[in-house]
Amino acid sequence: MSGALTAPAARGGTGRGGRLLRQAARHRVGLTLAVLALFPFVAPYEALAVNILVLGLYALGFNLLFGYTGLLSFGHAAFLGAGAYGTGIAIVHGGLHPLPAIAAGVVLATVIAAVMGFLAIRTRGIYFAMTTLALSMCVYYAFYQMEPLTGGENGLRGINVPALNLGLVSLPLIDPLVKYYVILVFVGTAVWLFSRLLASPFGAVLEAIRENENRARACGYDVARTKLVAFVISGAVCGLAGALNAIHLSIVPIETMHYAMSGEAVMMALLGGMRTFFGPFVGAATFLVLQDGLATLTSHWQLFTGAIFIAFVLFLPSGIWGEVVARLKRAGS
Amino acid sequence: MMIGPYPLDLLALQLVTGVALGAIYVLVGIGLSLIFGLMTIVNFAHGAFFMAGAYVGVFLYGYTGNFWVSLVAAPLAVGALGLLVERLLVRRLYGRGIDDPLLLTFGLSYVIVESVRILFGLTGIPFGAPPALRGAVDIGIGYFPLYRLFLIVFTALVVAALWLFVERTSFGLIIRAGARDRQIVQVLGIDVSKVWLVVFALGCGLAGLAGILAAPLQGVTPEMGIPVLAEAFVVTVVGGMGSLAGAVLAGLLVGIVVAMTSLIAPDMTKMAIFALMALVLLVRPRGLLGRAGALG
Repeated sequence: MSGALTAPAARGGTGRGGRLLRQAARHRVGLTLAVLALFPFVAPYEALAVNILVLGLYALGFNLLFGYTGLLSFGHAAFLGAGAYGTGIAIVHGGLHPLPAIAAGVVLATVIAAVMGFLAIRTRGIYFAMTTLALSMCVYYAFYQMEPLTGGENGLRGINVPALNLGLVSLPLIDPLVKYYVILVFVGTAVWLFSRLLASPFGAVLEAIRENENRARACGYDVARTKLVAFVISGAVCGLAGALNAIHLSIVPIETMHYAMSGEAVMMALLGGMRTFFGPFVGAATFLVLQDGLATLTSHWQLFTGAIFIAFVLFLPSGIWGEVVARLKRAGS
Repeated sequence: MMIGPYPLDLLALQLVTGVALGAIYVLVGIGLSLIFGLMTIVNFAHGAFFMAGAYVGVFLYGYTGNFWVSLVAAPLAVGALGLLVERLLVRRLYGRGIDDPLLLTFGLSYVIVESVRILFGLTGIPFGAPPALRGAVDIGIGYFPLYRLFLIVFTALVVAALWLFVERTSFGLIIRAGARDRQIVQVLGIDVSKVWLVVFALGCGLAGLAGILAAPLQGVTPEMGIPVLAEAFVVTVVGGMGSLAGAVLAGLLVGIVVAMTSLIAPDMTKMAIFALMALVLLVRPRGLLGRAGALG
């Protein structure tokens, strides 16, 4: 079963499609980055491209738990928000350079993920979703209350990063295309590390837990510790997404932390294909383009995103990219 | 007599306020727990059903001017919606992963909230207690709002009726047996699909009832169910998933904690109930009344 995930095409038969899939799986980081590098030229406009990039990373981090470990968390907005607030506060109140500010955001998200994870992994199965949701709302209200630091209900404003000064060069982030590629450097690094992690023995243990927790335990793996480590790494990746989002939007709305935002990670992962590496990015693109398109037509776009999500759960639970991969695999064998 | 900076009477009144608030949590929690106990489905649309009940009730009150009609019609209407949802949507997911119904009802909550926005507008509707239940009565320790007193008594009656239904009727016996071992019940020749249908509708109806009961306390808005969902989760995690007695105990506890924190440290009110949950998770992860006795 693990082969189906770490390398979607490893068992993809011997036909031409199968060989193609195997090649694609081997170079999944390179291919993902190539697609993302060309993406701004096909996206409707650049700000949307940046949104997709950042929220794609958010969905990817979330999917480490959901798709790979089989744990459905409804609390990942807390990490997205902690990353964003940590970075924003470091820049607005601390006057930090963007790079250490991003690091501060990731650290804050990681710490919150460690505490939440420690509590949440004590519950199993379906409990987990409810517990993570409730704990993330606790974090939400805590940030809501700390108004002098976080701006409370109005969100944190004034995260102005017009340029990224790297000593020798200064990159003008005002230019949306420059901003896209600067953020892509961070996302690309995270994607590469993420892929390495999944291909490692640790990644195999995660999938073993997803397939059968008791069997993994019987094999001698420390299930609780592995889950916690996965939870924290997942939180850190989402924290990075939040940090980049704060710099991208120059504001952190309090809604970033609300469980509705956690729900968006779930939607994006499922729409794209939670059992695939690239799926979360496909899901983020689908979700955001859909939302962008529908919002120009009606203020009640949530009615349609909700209905489309229901349809996916009922009829296409493997998601868009998951279905594409499955069809290629069938064609190949 | 004083306890710290607070007179005893004030604390006692605040305690009763907490019980009244807890009554809402009890009803929401029982509905969620009932559906979970039998069907192992976490209903993520529970908050949306709560809100729908409030809207149906307030809408009918505008027509009839009779709160009692609203009180009966709201849970029935939401229960009927639950019947449709189970038949048309949830039913298709039996036998699939346990996360699937959760995800489906999550999508459904968007559809319900947005439908209410389309039908009744984006802004809320203010709503007060019906004339017969306005004012306050002396309960020995001070004056207490009559409506909140009604809330406590009415919820106690509903819980008692529910207890009789689950413990003393043959249908209740099937529910309890089904919660313990669904396969055995099926083998005995009982049409469990009908039982699930009824239980899902009952759980949704209880959410709707809680919604109309909560309406006079806060008015109605399309978003009113959103925090309720998180709070209902706390109630079920604290009480023990699938345990009706646990839901009652935890609902009252959450209400009292909210009321007491709003007196002592108003800023911490929202966080207090989640802190309570964290504490229970640390000390007793399976909840106060566990899951050993399923619905008993």
